[in-house]
Amino acid sequence: MSDALCFGGGVKTQLIAVVVMWQWLKQLYHRLGSPKWFYEITTGWIPWLAVLSVIGTVVGLVLGLLYAPADYLQGNSFRIIYIHVPAAILAQSAFMMMAVAGAVYLIWRMKMAAWVAKVIAPIGASFCLIALLTGAIWGKPTWGTWWVWDARLTSMLLLLFLYFGVMALQQAMESEDSSYRAGAILSLVGLVNIPIIKYSVEWWNTLHQPATLKLTEKPSMHPDMLIPLLIMIVTTYVFFALLVILRTRNEILWHERKRSWVKQILES
Amino acid sequence: MSLVTATIKRDLLLAARNPGEWLNPLMFFLMVAALFPLAVDPDPKFLSKIAGGVIWVAALLATLLSLDALYKADVEDGSLEQWLASGESLYAMSLGKALVHWCISGLPLTLMAPVLGLMLALPDDAFWALILSLAVGTPVLSLLGAVGAALTAGVRSGGLLLSLLILPLYIPVLIFAASAVYHAGIGMAWNGQIGFLGAMLALALCLTPFASAAALKLNLSR
Amino acid sequence: MEFNSVSEFLAMGHHGLYVWLSYGLTAVIIALNVAQPLLRRRRLLKEQAQRLRREKKHAPQA
Repeated sequence: MSDALCFGGGVKTQLIAVVVMWQWLKQLYHRLGSPKWFYEITTGWIPWLAVLSVIGTVVGLVLGLLYAPADYLQGNSFRIIYIHVPAAILAQSAFMMMAVAGAVYLIWRMKMAAWVAKVIAPIGASFCLIALLTGAIWGKPTWGTWWVWDARLTSMLLLLFLYFGVMALQQAMESEDSSYRAGAILSLVGLVNIPIIKYSVEWWNTLHQPATLKLTEKPSMHPDMLIPLLIMIVTTYVFFALLVILRTRNEILWHERKRSWVKQILES
Repeated sequence: MSLVTATIKRDLLLAARNPGEWLNPLMFFLMVAALFPLAVDPDPKFLSKIAGGVIWVAALLATLLSLDALYKADVEDGSLEQWLASGESLYAMSLGKALVHWCISGLPLTLMAPVLGLMLALPDDAFWALILSLAVGTPVLSLLGAVGAALTAGVRSGGLLLSLLILPLYIPVLIFAASAVYHAGIGMAWNGQIGFLGAMLALALCLTPFASAAALKLNLSR
Repeated sequence: MEFNSVSEFLAMGHHGLYVWLSYGLTAVIIALNVAQPLLRRRRLLKEQAQRLRREKKHAPQA
């Protein structure tokens, strides 16, 4: 009995599992492609995401601002890390998500993907702006000036330019379909370029200002400092999901306004 | 004769008959570089330090200036539809167009740059680095720029938009090229930077025509 | 707890300006990001409901 399960049965169940997985993925794909399904399922998610973001922010900031010890070099100004680093990480991964969603639209013409990609651009750009502003403000007590051509800040600035480019291109296109496709192509080109830009900026930076104090690079962070940071990073992702869902739902309402299910919502 | 070579020939012929197309960016290149000594400092010691960077920034802007027209005429007169209907690979076509663009912008810039080097007191050791960095770097500018030109071909007044899209993508080329020239000037090794430029050229040669081809199709569905 | 009093907390050891400036700017940007979709949703629902009512009113006459 157990032998059969191990050999013949094992392979068979694995095969069945693969087929079931595949069917499930296909179903998920078709559902995700349905604006109505997305709208209905996210209605229940919004309060949870909102509550989670608020709790995460409160816990992370109380731990970070009140309980984390002051940095031995930078004093209390290091507490900016709890917004600077999460914003910077999110701005970079949002670009990646935007490019992937754009690719899904280019290949399979899934409208939902196009809306998600369009909606991510301004949100990602805002987080990029937050990272830049807080980085500059943090630079004042650390380096003595508001702006230093530090490698991280510079590549953040270039990322903001990339976001601006995608948004400007999307707005300039006349038809909706070509604005989605153009944005997708540009964000994919940008995605390939981001590592090259980051590497070249880092290389350029080590060339021009060797051994300056780095804002966030520490040999090892004390757990009391690290845990609030991790909480803030996770919370930022949750909050980002909330923002993307809110905006995507508006896109759905607008594009599906002539469908009967939206009319029902409008009448109620 | 295949459509790609025919288009390349036609474009080169058009450029030869209409010299403004490639001469204007060249004059622009010269003028931008002349602004720096006037605006900042004509002291040769100072100039020799910034010469490489200034020449590269000017070359980059001149390239951008000539990119806007790359696909405009083909979109307006219907050549683009013909390419697609002919079944010719759009990959080869966009590669060919980028090559033509390099011949009428990057190549003249490379040949002209030593003159600017003299005017900006570029150190003697840096001339070869300047020429080589331009020879390897400007094709990357043309290839990346062609993607932007294809994306904005259907947009009215797309020139400014094109610069917005493409300038951030040009940064790595600018960094490595300008540093090659600077390091050659102070007598340090500069082959590594040229190596990076070569790697970027290889990558751009393989990948950008895909993006250009996808972007060209945008202009058809109107 | 790292701070002994509220004023000490607000002062952030001479770095209060920088810390609170960055937190304040972030709060503003975050608030704008939350307000934008909520306001757009309200306007969208209102406009489309109006359109629907208008269309219903004119439908029987046509």
